[in-house]
Amino acid sequence: MTSLRHHTLPVLSILVAIVVIWYVAAVFMNAPFQHDLDRRASVTRTTTEFVGATLSQPKPVLPAPHQVASNVYENTFLRRVTSNRSLVYHSWVTLSSTAVGFTLGTLTGILIAVGIVHVKALDRSLMPWIIASQTVPILAIAPMVVVVLAAINVTGLIPKALISTYLSFFPVAVGMVKGLRSPESIQLDLMRTYNASRAQTFWKLRVPASIPFLFTSMKVAIAASLVGAIVGELPTGAVAGIGSKLLAGSYYSQTIDIWAALIAGSVLAAILVTIVGVAGKIVERSMGGRPA
Amino acid sequence: MTASSSSVVSARKLGLTFETNDGPVHALSDVDLEVRKGDFISFIGPSGCGKTTFLRVIADLEKPTSGEISVNGMTPEEARKSRSYGYVFQAPALYPWRTIEKNIALPLEIMGHSTAERASRIERTLDLVNLTGFGKKYPWQLSGGMQQRASIARALAFDADLLLMDEPFGALDEIVRDHLNAQLLKLWARTEKTICFVTHSIPEAVYLSTRIVVMSPRPGRVTDVIESTLPAERPLEIRETPEFLEIAHRVREGLRAGHSYEE
Repeated sequence: MTSLRHHTLPVLSILVAIVVIWYVAAVFMNAPFQHDLDRRASVTRTTTEFVGATLSQPKPVLPAPHQVASNVYENTFLRRVTSNRSLVYHSWVTLSSTAVGFTLGTLTGILIAVGIVHVKALDRSLMPWIIASQTVPILAIAPMVVVVLAAINVTGLIPKALISTYLSFFPVAVGMVKGLRSPESIQLDLMRTYNASRAQTFWKLRVPASIPFLFTSMKVAIAASLVGAIVGELPTGAVAGIGSKLLAGSYYSQTIDIWAALIAGSVLAAILVTIVGVAGKIVERSMGGRPA
Repeated sequence: MTASSSSVVSARKLGLTFETNDGPVHALSDVDLEVRKGDFISFIGPSGCGKTTFLRVIADLEKPTSGEISVNGMTPEEARKSRSYGYVFQAPALYPWRTIEKNIALPLEIMGHSTAERASRIERTLDLVNLTGFGKKYPWQLSGGMQQRASIARALAFDADLLLMDEPFGALDEIVRDHLNAQLLKLWARTEKTICFVTHSIPEAVYLSTRIVVMSPRPGRVTDVIESTLPAERPLEIRETPEFLEIAHRVREGLRAGHSYEE
């Protein structure tokens, strides 16, 4: 009961507010076109009819929530998952390159962090470059990566995954540098009194101390990976994936399709972040974490 | 003098100066001290008198800038590398992701003891600090006093003859502290270790020690060394005897002579 009051209720009230605002906005944004249509067809409508019409256009400026919802439902549950129109299919395509990119990005981030923490030269030289790498707009990099790799016959999943990697290694590297440096001086002194080797200090102190930092940064990284994969699908002329769905929708003014793809992307992001969060909780619990 | 056989720590004209942006800080200056096997030595003085620094020099956590010091007849570095001492810090510094027994196992893992050996040592040291049955608990499930006892068990686990304790009970309330002091004396009697104990509590120093080293700051130096005349057997009530109060008075005089109160 308390969990309903404390967690579900606040979230639901915000959702209701969003839906209300969305409907109002949809009416206003679709009204000019509807006026136009009605004038040309010489139709006169009551206000209720007019509002109803603005919310059921086939290619509205802003689709109404129920239009998007039915599109999502139809393309998620009513189509074969192998169908070109299935959102499950497109989500799966995006998910696979997200997963590959996220894995590579996390590993790269961890390796970089280990290097930075242990090698002074890397600490001084690498960090500015890592930060600079993230100031370059991904939309500018993505087409180049795709084109350059296509020139050497690497196409399909790999270029998209690499763009995800590019976005996701950063939070992991920064988080892990902080995590590996998180042991207090008293804990390091303790290792010194045991005459522990660097490797022993690393595995028995720095690594376990960094685990909470790892999961926090992986949550950011997986969301960034998804963005990377979608962005990677835009310039490739990809035939599948949430990105290609967005692009196709905008080519043919299928606004409802665009919004449906956006919803699919958001749901996917929420699922991925939740999975990482739950994995983090499980690991934390197994490491003796105090139940919150 | 048979220093080599019975002397555990021997310092001669020991000095340590930290270079800071505000100029040099003389943390230790001209410290001469002999710690004999089986001693329970307390270092007492106001903050900045170098008592913790001296302990850290013995442990090779700080390097002296002048003078000589030997630990078990070796340099502090050699002594550290041969794991000659156990160190108890101000905070328990237990690793939160390890259970109490895994925390005690930490030095044993690092020093390469076998699993069976580890288990028997964990059991023995938990018994020494009266924590039998708490091995499977995580640190946060224990009170502050129990956590500090676990950290003492960890320092005892690898059988170093020298125990260095840096205000181990400083963060605990007085009732817990009295109890732990009594336990520590029993433990000392059972294990026959040599203990160097840093404190800022006069009753604690007098109750525990065979010798009390009074220190004063700027520069950090030894102003008095007081031999305790109390018997080895010390119930807590001993702290109300005239003999105890007499020693406490001398310690207080020694601290005052170091003009630490005026500042």
